[in-house]
Amino acid sequence: MAIVQLLISGISLGCIYALIALGFVLIYKATETVNFAQGELMMLGAFGGLVMMTIFGWSFWLAAPAAVACMFLMGIGLERAVIRPILGQPQFTVVMLTIGVGYTARGLISMIPEIGTETHTLPVPYAGQVMNLGGAVISLEQVAVIGMTAVLCLVLYLMFRYSKLGIAMQAASQNQLAAYYMGIPVRRINGLVWGLSAAVAAIAGLLLAPVTFVHANMGFIGLKAFPAAVVGGFGSLPGAIVGGLVIGLVEAFAGFYLPEGFKDIAAYVVVLIMLVVKPNGLFGGAMRKKV
Amino acid sequence: MRFIFKTDYAQDLQIVKHSGQAFWYGLLVLAMLAAPLWAGDYWLSQISFVLIYAVAGLGLMVLSGFTGLASIGHAAFLGVGAYVQAVLSAKGWPFPLTMALAAGLSAAVGAVVGLPALWVKGIYLAIATLSFGFIVEEVLARWESVTKGNAGMSVTSPQFFGADLGSSEAFYYIALGTTVLVTLGVLNLLRSATGRAFIAIRDSEISAQSMGIHLAGYKTLAFALSAAIVGLAGALYAHKLRFISPDQFGIVQSVDLLLLVVVGGVGSVHGAFLGAIFLITMPQLIALGKDYLPPAIGQAAGLQAVVYGVVLMAFVLFEPHGLYGRWLKVRTWLQLFPFYRKGMFKRQKSYAKSERLK
Repeated sequence: MAIVQLLISGISLGCIYALIALGFVLIYKATETVNFAQGELMMLGAFGGLVMMTIFGWSFWLAAPAAVACMFLMGIGLERAVIRPILGQPQFTVVMLTIGVGYTARGLISMIPEIGTETHTLPVPYAGQVMNLGGAVISLEQVAVIGMTAVLCLVLYLMFRYSKLGIAMQAASQNQLAAYYMGIPVRRINGLVWGLSAAVAAIAGLLLAPVTFVHANMGFIGLKAFPAAVVGGFGSLPGAIVGGLVIGLVEAFAGFYLPEGFKDIAAYVVVLIMLVVKPNGLFGGAMRKKV
Repeated sequence: MRFIFKTDYAQDLQIVKHSGQAFWYGLLVLAMLAAPLWAGDYWLSQISFVLIYAVAGLGLMVLSGFTGLASIGHAAFLGVGAYVQAVLSAKGWPFPLTMALAAGLSAAVGAVVGLPALWVKGIYLAIATLSFGFIVEEVLARWESVTKGNAGMSVTSPQFFGADLGSSEAFYYIALGTTVLVTLGVLNLLRSATGRAFIAIRDSEISAQSMGIHLAGYKTLAFALSAAIVGLAGALYAHKLRFISPDQFGIVQSVDLLLLVVVGGVGSVHGAFLGAIFLITMPQLIALGKDYLPPAIGQAAGLQAVVYGVVLMAFVLFEPHGLYGRWLKVRTWLQLFPFYRKGMFKRQKSYAKSERLK
């Protein structure tokens, strides 16, 4: 039953990567910039939930949506404050800027005494419970991660497919100028996309919190979501999910079957192979820049 | 204000543009040569660090600043250089040879890392280099028979045919010599056809290609050259620290190098030096400032990260040309006084150009 257990833990880890990668892809599709602070947004979301639960004493079911809503606003604010002024500058500029944002967020959190300096457990209601599935022991945390990711994917799919906002976002990401001519407020849409991606990151953080712990450096997991986004193709939402699952599974199996040390770099080896074999990812189309 | 009257095309290629430059840079070289006389042990050591980081910054500048290829894994080359130097110095090889080998091996690794650059660019390349950085760090940690793994290894002082160059003065001169050679090398590179090809690739890949520049070759060359220079810096770094372990060459170091380049000024040789000075003096300024801040802020562990992050954001937002760009503005203001106009260095407004065909 080791295989099933590995499969489940790989998929649940992959779902976390997928959620973070989803945030990258949302932003990349809308603004063609990459947010290197996505992992830190996830960390902030987890800390938001933690503060609301332990200090305000709210229940998990109240704190989690509140944290996600806060991160949504934070994403919009971040876009307005630092990203919009440099819109249109080379990609590298935004990369450096978001690295700066990430540094600042990590530093600020670790400056808060007693909260940022220590490692916490998020007291979720389903902590520590296990399910016995045909001989394989599966913790409820992992099931929650997988289930929540599936629900979120469905919600996002429905939103992009049917809601006016979702369709406007698609239009803006395909051609900003044409979308603007059609009366879509592209700048506001960009802000909302950043908010959406921060909210997704917060959900990822809240889901990850019971599996690992809440600490200031948990955002580094975001660096593993880059391979996920690249494997799926940077501009594709389903690709981010599939890429995340691929990376999660590869990591779980590499940790079990390969010598020590391979687990940490498996994701990076996969992404390098992917870049050589199929640079546009599994779901990305061939692109050639117009002159 | 100085007007340079050009009567010859060769003047455009001169390294020293006018006698003023010759005077000031000559003075700087003299002051640096005499540094062991006027600087104490502590300052000499700090200057050595600045020189090491300036060399590393020049390496990254060749790639990011002049060829326009981003790399978030450059600490890997620093690591390769440092470990080659550490292993070979322990065998008693003379330092010029070990440093050449450190640069050579680093260049070889750089050429390999450059391979993805042939297929991908922009953000994909950044992620490819990030991945390579992690892999190299892991290899350094796991290849225990050579690198002694995570326990780290101590580094002997530079050897030269039996002579032990362990004193801080001797090391300082080695670092200074390397820095001067690398700087002249980079300046020469920039005025050669190769350097111009690099800059053409940075400004527009497609027009460079149309002008007959072989993209694959030049990109690989840029990676190899950049890695070789950073490898040299790594060799110096190993001797300076006397103890190296894989975690010194991780993502944090890579981001520090990027910070150096951006704060100094992307695309200028001066920028590498200004950035290195910034990177070395900043932690000390923070340490000084700690005493004046309330203890809740001053003693917090995250203070340095916050300062770095805010400085990085501030430079990207307000001074994209870095410290060197700021100096250019100040100098122009002084030269033109009182005729400086506000819009002289205005950032060109550009619109987001889609990289998508659709």
